[in-house]
Amino acid sequence: MKNFSARAAYFFLAPALSAIFIFFFIPVIAAFVISLTDFDIYALGDYSTVRFIGLSNYVELFDDPLFWTALKNTFYYVLVASPLSIAVSLGAAMLLNSKLVKLKGIFRLSYFIPVVTTLVAVAIVWRFIYHPKFGIMNYFLSWFNINPVDWLGDPVWAMPAIILMSVWKNFGYNMIIFIAGLQNISEDLYEAADMEGANGLQKFRSITLPMLAPTTLFVSIITMIGFFQLFAEPYVMTQGGPLNSTLSIVQYMYQEGFRWWNMGYSASIAFVLFFIIFIGTLIQFKLQKSAR
Amino acid sequence: MKKIFLYTFLIITSLVTLVPFIWMLAASFMPDGDASVFPPTFIPGPFTITQYQVLFERLNVARNFFNSLFLSITVTFISLFFNSMAGYAFAKYKFKGKNQLFNILLSSMIIPSQVTMLPLFLMLKSIGLINTYMAIIIPGLANIFGIFLIRQYVMSIPDSLLEAAKMDGATDFQIYRRVIIPLATPILVTLAIFTFLGTWNDFLWPLIALTDNSMYTLPVSLANLMGEHTKDPELMMAGSVITIIPVIIVFLVLQKYYVRGIMMGSVKE
Repeated sequence: MKNFSARAAYFFLAPALSAIFIFFFIPVIAAFVISLTDFDIYALGDYSTVRFIGLSNYVELFDDPLFWTALKNTFYYVLVASPLSIAVSLGAAMLLNSKLVKLKGIFRLSYFIPVVTTLVAVAIVWRFIYHPKFGIMNYFLSWFNINPVDWLGDPVWAMPAIILMSVWKNFGYNMIIFIAGLQNISEDLYEAADMEGANGLQKFRSITLPMLAPTTLFVSIITMIGFFQLFAEPYVMTQGGPLNSTLSIVQYMYQEGFRWWNMGYSASIAFVLFFIIFIGTLIQFKLQKSAR
Repeated sequence: MKKIFLYTFLIITSLVTLVPFIWMLAASFMPDGDASVFPPTFIPGPFTITQYQVLFERLNVARNFFNSLFLSITVTFISLFFNSMAGYAFAKYKFKGKNQLFNILLSSMIIPSQVTMLPLFLMLKSIGLINTYMAIIIPGLANIFGIFLIRQYVMSIPDSLLEAAKMDGATDFQIYRRVIIPLATPILVTLAIFTFLGTWNDFLWPLIALTDNSMYTLPVSLANLMGEHTKDPELMMAGSVITIIPVIIVFLVLQKYYVRGIMMGSVKE
């Protein structure tokens, strides 16, 4: 546009960009620098005790069984909860997109409510739902003659319990994105398939899924990024237990950094998390490309 | 036939989704011990507001409620102001390095915020801002997703409108204030809900940056209470109700804008 000078643009950009630069970009770089030091509780009082130790923290991580446990748990959570929640989202979106259904708004609303509610509050609710004696979950299972399970007290069941709760909490978000994606698929495609006598499953596999591919890529990436940051659920429901079976990467980072003040070590955990998310995103892009 | 099956399925799954909230609400009005029974009940036998009284009178939850509300509103307004100016500049101005700058911002959205928390903590600690409201406001001043949303929307406003205003002698800031802001109101409302809910629901950073019960936001206070009241479902459910009600109200009133935000955020460039 004419007469719209770059100087005015800089004026408009200055507040937001300086805030992002000072309180986001600088901390990212600083975190990397800290991860190369032995910054600990003594350094907190006197910065001059900090020593540069190169990649030692990362080497130490490699030999730290607790870190491997946290890594394994987080992968278990992400690799099970992401596909599950995406599948439920897609299923719900297809149901709500069906022309047979009226009052869509009400159903959509009830599926969506968990998304906006406070994670800490619902994690507390679910902690009682999973109560071995009085919880709704075991009551529900008792209808089918299933014996009570100590959901959060059993190392085998604690992570599945957290996964189930996460799927419940999150599927509504991706459902909305899928509904938008479904509405963009032209009706003609389905009509043509009908003429050729395709059944529901065939239409789903050869029209719905391919047409939704870009949406699915986007949804998988944001879901994966979000799930790798698992923290509040185990913090509130299990404190990482039992037997560290729900300890997550972020929780381990939090404990090392803000409970024991091993900030150098904690920063290296944060960077490994970043690295994993980065690689995960790249893989998703690659997979999507080769699928085409 | 197919229709009946479909509706039954939809109704059952909706109810299952809502059951945790129904039980939460019911248990919050029960006297101590009534929620720890088998089979679980969904209607309070004797109906009581004791749990809420305990929370407000003894545990001082009103203060935490105020902290959450004050911080969510403040962060929302400031970031809306900062993000809208930046989004406008990216949408309508030409300047050197614009595309590169925008791409750097977009790609850095992949960096998890946990990475910044340690240095941010040290930074704020060194200037004495840990355990103050500023500790929450400062990292929320501006955010990349917000700038992106506003840029997308403002790009659809015709240039001719802005040029006409310029011809009439309006300054750049007046155009932002009198033309862009009114026209971009729908997206500003969308972003406002996202920011409000995001700040209200946030947990990890407030847990780190606030160290005193009187400064805690509701989620932090609730998690803290949980440590001492693992055997008091009724009290904890009342706390959860207090934490959740405001976000549900905000969402119900403005859900149209919220849903639009999710869809816009998912549009690929």
